[in-house]
Amino acid sequence: MLEILLILLKIVLIVVPLIIAVAYLTFMERKIIGYMQVRIGPNRVGPKGLLQPFADTLKLLLKEVIIPTNANRYLFLIAPILSLAPAIAAWAVIPFGMMEATETSPAKPLALTNIDASLLYILALTSIGVYGVLIAGWASNSKYAFLGAMRSAAQIVSYEIAMGFALVGVLMAAQSINLAEIVNQQSGGIWQWYWLPLLPLFIIYLVSGVAETNRAPFDVAEGESEIVAGFHVEYSGVAFAVFFLAEYANIILISMLTALMFLGGWLSPFESIPVVQDWFTWVPGMAWLLAKTCFIMFCFLWFRATFPRYRYDQIMRLGWKVFIPITIIWILVVGVAIVMKLPPWFDAA
Amino acid sequence: MFTQILFYGYAAILLISAILVVSARNTIHSALFLVLAFFTCAVIWILLRAEFLAIVLVLVYVGAVMVLFLFVVMMLNVNLEPLREGFVRNLPVGILVALIVAAEMFLVLSTKGFKLAEQSELALVDATGYSNTKAIGAVLYTDYLYAFEIAAVVLVLAMVTAIVLTMKKSVNTKRQNPGHQVRVKRKDRIRLIKMDSEPVNRKTGDTKSDDAEKGDVK
Repeated sequence: MLEILLILLKIVLIVVPLIIAVAYLTFMERKIIGYMQVRIGPNRVGPKGLLQPFADTLKLLLKEVIIPTNANRYLFLIAPILSLAPAIAAWAVIPFGMMEATETSPAKPLALTNIDASLLYILALTSIGVYGVLIAGWASNSKYAFLGAMRSAAQIVSYEIAMGFALVGVLMAAQSINLAEIVNQQSGGIWQWYWLPLLPLFIIYLVSGVAETNRAPFDVAEGESEIVAGFHVEYSGVAFAVFFLAEYANIILISMLTALMFLGGWLSPFESIPVVQDWFTWVPGMAWLLAKTCFIMFCFLWFRATFPRYRYDQIMRLGWKVFIPITIIWILVVGVAIVMKLPPWFDAA
Repeated sequence: MFTQILFYGYAAILLISAILVVSARNTIHSALFLVLAFFTCAVIWILLRAEFLAIVLVLVYVGAVMVLFLFVVMMLNVNLEPLREGFVRNLPVGILVALIVAAEMFLVLSTKGFKLAEQSELALVDATGYSNTKAIGAVLYTDYLYAFEIAAVVLVLAMVTAIVLTMKKSVNTKRQNPGHQVRVKRKDRIRLIKMDSEPVNRKTGDTKSDDAEKGDVK
């Protein structure tokens, strides 16, 4: 009984900060893009506009959920849940740090569950998210929504392949598909992190992550000038808010995964630099992880403020004809490097 | 005890959704019930401690195959009614096939590997750091290496064939050459020409256009 309560407590400790992070990510998005476009951004609700996300949420909660005529009622209402559930369930295996070894137990990762195949688990769950989009578009009984769903689903499926191959490179380099183990394999300073030996895969993972979450410049699924708002055009009130939550939870998830797999997770960037590393020993590992995650999230917003939207055929070309071949070649390179025990990255294994 | 309740709950969902796959009136509903059936199946596999197989089932069938399936079904708008004709006429054949499948499953499931004793042994190994994923990898790349490689080659062959069949050179297909698009210079697309301003009617001093149009010219 106590065990179940402990697990529930852990879930609350992950989900509540996640939802607050989503709320403030929307706020930061409006603020940062505002500053980049020499505007102020929201500044009315609360000090410096800090309560704006709560005002938005409250407004959405109070609005009516309209179900379009001839829409498929049950599927219409299930779709937002189907897109949110995988986005949150994936957090079950994310390690947030390493617990020090005590007398009674060895060092183990700070996560809800530490399963062996955690990377595969995340890959499987993120691939389910596309059902929410597809069903929402179909059940709305609207041409705009359907077109948006088709575009978005095709895009997600295409980029998933490149993303999966990028992960293959990571798990080959780490010799493990456990996320905590992958981070531990990167210890030894900033040059040991996988962004350097797997640089093409790092870039491809980051860009595919942007495409996978349907963010600008790959946001043709909700290209305002073409198909209004894409697959969720018919949604209002709470149902819309749930889609919103899922999209931003996915952004945070992808950012954290990038930080874990390519930027050394909770490892300090000053590791193995003689004097400097002692100055930062007091910083907890989770702070480094969150800082890295925030940096990637900032990049997502930065991309959105910088690049014009891609043309649809160019998106498909980039995914299938550029990214996938590059990842396959780099997997080969990593394989050869592992066999040759190429120092300084692959000699340990 | 708790695991047993879970198993029977999920097994019930699996059976009901499997029946609904064939009995649902709407094709998209059938496809979605098939997704549910796959997913529940994966959950049952996890209960059996086969987490690697379960995750791969979700990844491949739920995440990729069924998405493409749904895509096609949504695009085609298949009418099921003509497919349902002759249900009674084909019923005896259907029952025969069902009986054969049931007999085969009975034969397979009553072999030694599926005895309950075997499972408790499995759970025992699990406590001492047994990894399902590692075990499958170890067997796949040693004992079953040739079967594995042959399966891979067959799949690649199927993939190449599918691409070749759809890549027929037709007059109607329009292609873009990205290299060509990138190399385009401004002068290939735009020609700037110098023009005099609008001709003036020398007698009246007015421009050619009527008063009514003047507003539109600007």
